[in-house]
Amino acid sequence: MADFLYFRDDEPHDEPAVTLDAFLGQSNAGAVRVESGEDVRDLLPHLDRLRLIEVSFPAYRDGRGYSTARILREAGYTGELRAEGDVLVDQIPLMRRCGFDSFAPAADIDRAALDRALTRYDNVYQSAADDRTPVWRLRHG
Amino acid sequence: MYRYDQYDQNLVDTRVEEFRDQVERRLSGALTEDQFKPLRLMNGLYLQLHAYMLRVAIPYGTLDGRQMHMLATIARKYDRGYGHFTTRQNLQYNWIKLDDAPDILADLATVEMHAIQTSGNCIRNISSDQFAGAAADEVTDPRPWAELLRQWSSFHPEFTYLPRKFKFAVIASDEDRAAMRLHDIGIQIVERDGSFGARIFAGGGMGRTPVIGKEIKDFVPVTNLLSYLEACIRVYNRHGRRDNMYKARIKILINALGVEEYVRQVEAEYAALDKQDIDPPLAEFERIAAYFAPPAFEADAPDTVDRSDPDFALWLDQNVGQHKQPGYAMATISLKPVGGIPGDASADQMDLMADLAERYSFDELRVTHAQNIVLPHVKKADLYALWQALNQAGLAEANLDLISDIIACPGLDYCSLANARSIPIAQKIAERFADAGRQRDLGELKLKISGCINACGHHHAGHIGILGVDRKGTENYQLLLGGSGAEDVSLAKITGPGFDEAGIVDAVETVTNVYLGAREQGERFVDTYRRVGMEPFKEALYG
Ligand code: SF4
Repeated sequence: MADFLYFRDDEPHDEPAVTLDAFLGQSNAGAVRVESGEDVRDLLPHLDRLRLIEVSFPAYRDGRGYSTARILREAGYTGELRAEGDVLVDQIPLMRRCGFDSFAPAADIDRAALDRALTRYDNVYQSAADDRTPVWRLRHG
Repeated sequence: MYRYDQYDQNLVDTRVEEFRDQVERRLSGALTEDQFKPLRLMNGLYLQLHAYMLRVAIPYGTLDGRQMHMLATIARKYDRGYGHFTTRQNLQYNWIKLDDAPDILADLATVEMHAIQTSGNCIRNISSDQFAGAAADEVTDPRPWAELLRQWSSFHPEFTYLPRKFKFAVIASDEDRAAMRLHDIGIQIVERDGSFGARIFAGGGMGRTPVIGKEIKDFVPVTNLLSYLEACIRVYNRHGRRDNMYKARIKILINALGVEEYVRQVEAEYAALDKQDIDPPLAEFERIAAYFAPPAFEADAPDTVDRSDPDFALWLDQNVGQHKQPGYAMATISLKPVGGIPGDASADQMDLMADLAERYSFDELRVTHAQNIVLPHVKKADLYALWQALNQAGLAEANLDLISDIIACPGLDYCSLANARSIPIAQKIAERFADAGRQRDLGELKLKISGCINACGHHHAGHIGILGVDRKGTENYQLLLGGSGAEDVSLAKITGPGFDEAGIVDAVETVTNVYLGAREQGERFVDTYRRVGMEPFKEALYG
């Protein structure tokens, strides 16, 4: 397996993730995988039972996972939220803003470039799923 | 106009540094061209037929003299001394080297400019009415709303990999000078009970499948606007098609769902998003709006103009519009000289327009979606001097909204997607109708040319539209009639079989002759077409 990137204080959750259908069908699983075309809202009634939600990025151009992540965080999910698949250096900062806190990229990540990317912007224009303060709030104290 | 504070400047400077890093990783091979492509597109850099093209954002088409001078400087330093103003109120350079691009962005950042999101599948530069803040018919200046959207949409974490590009237009008058209803989301600012709000249209667009945007919300206050728009775009991001790029725009989703179902989903999403602290406080909107306070007009500037020079009087009647402030006027500088390339300006012309703006228009210029430049606040007493300066530089063409004021996309001369050339067709038509008296007699006639079905030249919205197609390896041109991008919005219809290069120029002349024969008092070309229908035109073309 290629790099695994983890931005949480607790230990990574290594239970294998079941499919969304399997999860909704049974389930006492604590980890579920959401494909990019699936409706994550089906998970919302069960968030308190979940410790890991893995969101697939079949191609970096497929941006559905960004909305998936925000919907989960807006609904109050606090467990591990993992982006898996075609996850690249320049997309990770945006994914962090949408609430992802672990990454399982299909190919190795250039760590030096990623460190630069993650620390580059001092400011953000929007409030999102992370705890960064948007500039409109800085402007108005 | 808006000025950056330390935060805006920091964000734009950081973007330059980020892009420099990305270019270096591309040049070293750390990024593949496929991985680099969306990153460079997000900075407005396209690979065209002969070189890179860089598209610079001119937010809502407003810029000052210092910025226009910088565009001229860049044209000289990194291009071939030209720039091309686009139908999205932006500027393109057609001959850029990849290694120069970071330096160009750094130069732009020194004058509060950038190329952020002028391309790519993200929210693009916000367009607006070129007469904002000056037009007599606006309820308020739409640009503070557009600037609010610019900041919110820049580097939006959720909406940077949408199914397809996403375009906004914001206007604030009933007359639509920005083709608002042909945008993914069009916003008209309206007044209700003494406060302003956004009336929202969604799902408009040109391209292969032209659609007129439908109203989805009658009034959204400014303090709810961003969360409402996030709901609109989130529904699209999640459910818009990604399997076929030609069916990926929001208009296709809305047509497939039906507008009621789309609105239902948006409202459900909005109910959740409204609680998320997405919207800045009213104080932020007011901070932005303060930058757009009217300039210091002279209260008693004379309202009359000396018309004794007949050439000046022609320009005055054609290119100068009514300002909300007595004694002032809005002057359009045509970038459509007969035989020229629509929307092109040389570096010297840009410098001159910048100087004239500084001298006569409170240091403001506008770019129009019809690819002309506006000096929005000219004292009527200065109009003659302004005209003389323009005339000396070959910039006083008195053809605003006439048949030679053609919108044309770059076409096969530059664009790798093109089926046919657009620019030479525009030049030939302008030459055919070069006689100024003849043009004036034809009256308002919006002619628009696209070099392929992607419709960057807005041919669907032309009173007369021309679409270049490829017919068995030769360039062929279809003729369309009856479109409009204005408040009387409509989509043009194809007349019938296409024409070759010479034939299309004749065909345009033929349909204008039908109009001249059939028009009633006060009718424009498009009015006559709407009254008499396609038949008489078809008859004359193919009969
Ligand atoms: S309409 Fe076609 S030819 Fe013209 S600029 Fe757009 S993509 Fe290129």
